[in-house]
Amino acid sequence: MISIKNLHANIEGKEILKGINLEIKAGEVHAIMGPNGSGKSTLASVLAGRDGYEIMKGSIVFENKNLLDLEAEERAREGIFLAFQYPVEIPGVSTTNFLKTAINQIRQHRGKKSLDAVAFLKLMKSKMKLVEIDQALLSRSLNEGFSGGEKKRNEIFQMAMLEPKLAILDETDSGLDIDALRIVSHGVNSLKSKDNAIILITHYQRLLDYILPDFVHVLFDGKIVKTGDKSLAMELEKKGYDWIKAEHGSLETI
Amino acid sequence: MSTDDQVLEEFTSKEYEHGWSVNFEADEAPMGLNEDIVKFISHKKNEPEWLLNWRLKSFRHWSQLEEPKWSNVHYPKIDYQVLKYYSAPKKGGKIKSLDELDPEMIKTFERLGISLNEQKRLSGIAVDAVIDSVSVATTFKETLSELGIIFCSFSDAVLEHPELIKKYLGSVVPAADNYYAALNSAVFSDGSFCYIPKGVRCPMELSTYFRINAANTGQFERTLIVAEDDSYVSYLEGCTAPMRDENQLHAAVVEIYAAKNAEVKYSTVQNWYPGNKEGVGGIYNFVTKRGICAGDHAKISWTQVETGSAVTWKYPSCILKGDYSVGEFYSVAVTNNYQQADTGTKMIHLGKHTKSRIVSKGISAGKSQNSYRGHVNISKRATHSRNFSQCDSLLMGNQCGAHTFPYIDVENSSSQIEHEATTSKIGEDQIFYCKQRGLDEESSIALIVNGFAKEVMNNLPMEFAVEAQKLLALTLEGSVG
Ligand SMILES: Nc1ncnc2c1ncn2[C@@H]1O[C@H](COP(=O)(O)OP(=O)(O)OP(=O)(O)O)[C@@H](O)[C@H]1O
Ligand SMILES: [Mg+2]
Repeated sequence: MISIKNLHANIEGKEILKGINLEIKAGEVHAIMGPNGSGKSTLASVLAGRDGYEIMKGSIVFENKNLLDLEAEERAREGIFLAFQYPVEIPGVSTTNFLKTAINQIRQHRGKKSLDAVAFLKLMKSKMKLVEIDQALLSRSLNEGFSGGEKKRNEIFQMAMLEPKLAILDETDSGLDIDALRIVSHGVNSLKSKDNAIILITHYQRLLDYILPDFVHVLFDGKIVKTGDKSLAMELEKKGYDWIKAEHGSLETI
Repeated sequence: MSTDDQVLEEFTSKEYEHGWSVNFEADEAPMGLNEDIVKFISHKKNEPEWLLNWRLKSFRHWSQLEEPKWSNVHYPKIDYQVLKYYSAPKKGGKIKSLDELDPEMIKTFERLGISLNEQKRLSGIAVDAVIDSVSVATTFKETLSELGIIFCSFSDAVLEHPELIKKYLGSVVPAADNYYAALNSAVFSDGSFCYIPKGVRCPMELSTYFRINAANTGQFERTLIVAEDDSYVSYLEGCTAPMRDENQLHAAVVEIYAAKNAEVKYSTVQNWYPGNKEGVGGIYNFVTKRGICAGDHAKISWTQVETGSAVTWKYPSCILKGDYSVGEFYSVAVTNNYQQADTGTKMIHLGKHTKSRIVSKGISAGKSQNSYRGHVNISKRATHSRNFSQCDSLLMGNQCGAHTFPYIDVENSSSQIEHEATTSKIGEDQIFYCKQRGLDEESSIALIVNGFAKEVMNNLPMEFAVEAQKLLALTLEGSVG
């Protein structure tokens, strides 16, 4: 589905991603862990096409397309979805209205007719059930005054509505209470299929109890330094990152 | 320049849609302004002696006045002697039915999306269409007159309802009120008159559509709305002008009189030609709008969406004379490129338990300047009164300016005032969030801006709200950062 090769990216002249290699096939779940500031969100932003990042080297191929040639909105329309670590507030625009605009632009791009109000509402209802989200929340201004957990749940609701091919969940579990974590994970699991793929960025092995990853990667200082299965997450939980740092200490840390 | 700024700039550089003009044969006054021109206009309209005298008195007063300098707008000195003060399409003017209307004229309005054909109109909106100096058509006159509602051009009203005009003309905005009001009182050409009798709820939206067509012509229209006890009316005003390199002057006066328990809603979507990207041309829009809640429990609500004009100077105001009367002002003012807007409101509380609410949303892009100027005055007698003001500014890019000038005077201790103000920028993060969900740049900005202006847009009648939303997006196309 997506193939990232030797990806180097700078922000404001500073190198953040220093050679990322990652292959993801349809049907797979990849967890990315790593210490604060190691470049996880940067990778997510680069995949989603945020402005301000300079790609110095490397390639990203998504479904046979050169992703780096596409604008952020084109990537979204091609099926890339990012659940933000810090969802953004848009005053005066309800989630409902926001999604209606988004879905219809995506449909237009795919040469499909706009969804009419009835079909849209029906879709909303079914997805609302999936992530147990309230109509009242969806009528409020997007993310404005939402609690941390509400924001994250709303991100997954949007994912459910947009049915992406590749979903990148950036610390969606942070800020969720125990019940919400279960509900959101259940939502993500039911959206999982053999045709789509998920990247889970997380600090906690707990999320992986709910959403079982096929691979766990450790991102450290802009590189993937270790890859394993779920047991790697358990190990990290127990031992922290010191041993990884010791193995791969960059010049500055030595 | 970051990519964001570029996008913003592209977004803000959308062309004006209504910039064409039509060659009507016109009946015009010679250029310049003097007593003879005032007489010429009055004569053209067969006006009674008293009105001519009123005009002349206004003219003499205006001649003594200096153009005001206190607002935060800058433009070259206007030479009032190189303008024409009257221009009427020859085939317009007196017609008995819409069938007699020049087909060119009907087409002109259809191009603007306004149908003068009653059958063709989807919903109940009665229209008074004004080209340059005269009203060319008023629809649904008969339907309305069955209810005793008068809705006609101002010129017709002078001839057909002189007693009402004599009673109310200048009663809310005196001829000597200010420089532009005095000028208007001297040379006003046409506009709409609307009278709602006691106890009548006007069943349809009344609307006036203004179009400046002729070159070098000032437009000075006059609107008067009188709502008797327990009546209700919702009134809409729209306007466009062709693209011309020279600046054109528009100095209108609107007066609203609301008696006991009456409610008047006045909505404006102002889309005069704003000038080009370099700031050449555009309308100077100097307008005096004021309403009086003369009776107890009366209510006047102004809603305006200001997207056009090179320079806007406009403060729709309410005099809350009746006890328990209510004044509202909802405004969205968008400026782009080199546009300048100085707009806001005055709420003058005279009656007890009076309430006013001000919601102003300023959006500035390009190199424009956008000012809110508000004055809330609660007099000694106006005990237990309240005002709430909210002034929000949204900036796009960093070459534009937003300014707020709120003046507040409270002369008693039982009244309450609340004022809130915010300034924000459309963030790169907001745009990226929208794009990540598949929205393109333009739709993202349109969505964010309309969200920002929502509280005001919600006050517009449905038909207008949709148009206004599109207009907001259009005005800002090409602008973020
Ligand atoms: N605009 C910027 N200018 C300079 N440095 C930046 C900028 N944005 C991010 N960085 C830096 O890039 C590095 C990687 O940040 P990133 O947000 O990708 O980390 P992360 O792995 O997601 O961390 P966390 O676990 O805390 O979310 C950090 O050192 C951060 O300070
Ligand atoms: Mg992060």
